[in-house]
Amino acid sequence: MSRKPYSRTVSTTGWWLDQPRYIRYMAREVSCVLIGAYTGVIVIGLMRLSDGPAAWAGFLEALQSPLSIYFHLLALAFALYHTTTWFNVTPKAMPVQVGETQLPGIFIIGAHYAGWVVVSAVALYLVGV
Amino acid sequence: MARSHKPVIWSLFAAGGTFSAFVTPVMILITGLAIGFGLLPAEALAYERVLAFVQHPIGKAFIFLAVFLPAWHAAHRLRITAHDFGIRADTVVMGICYSLAALATVMTVFVLLSI
Repeated sequence: MSRKPYSRTVSTTGWWLDQPRYIRYMAREVSCVLIGAYTGVIVIGLMRLSDGPAAWAGFLEALQSPLSIYFHLLALAFALYHTTTWFNVTPKAMPVQVGETQLPGIFIIGAHYAGWVVVSAVALYLVGV
Repeated sequence: MARSHKPVIWSLFAAGGTFSAFVTPVMILITGLAIGFGLLPAEALAYERVLAFVQHPIGKAFIFLAVFLPAWHAAHRLRITAHDFGIRADTVVMGICYSLAALATVMTVFVLLSI
């Protein structure tokens, strides 16, 4: 074997910077960091709540700090990206068959978005917007 | 056929992803942003009100799901994403990710049972 095999040089850490669709893929995957961190905020809040009114007041005050607001804005942006990417693959993840034909994906995606609007509206109504 | 824990982890990932898709944005809005941006009065998250919610069985069930499902979803996705970022020590990554999710779940159950 005298020929030199071609080997691509692909970075194992920065490969996803090559193409916009790889970046979108990574943005979707990285949404888990924000969702996980926000879950941590909820756990901390629960513990502060169980510590009594003074601890809860301190937690609420911390939530109003600029750092907290920036974190929640970033978390909301990634959570919304997670929601759209999750809903948009539902026709592939759980196709619906009606008789002999497949229900067009747009209906499956649309039903998810409609359900999402209802869930969000009910939550905001119950909290008191 | 060899037994595998993959179906369990994948069902949790899917359930958590679905729950997060529907619920996490509005939760972030309510707990993190609404009061700061004047959408909600500060009393919306008053101590007695939140305590009453967390003490109610339905509130407990919701809070449990709202921690347990997204935590395991995020843990599993973070484990897979670490590989995409070139981190190949899967056993270590898996240990860290799943331990964090387990910790969040256990602490939540502890508070929900004692509050």
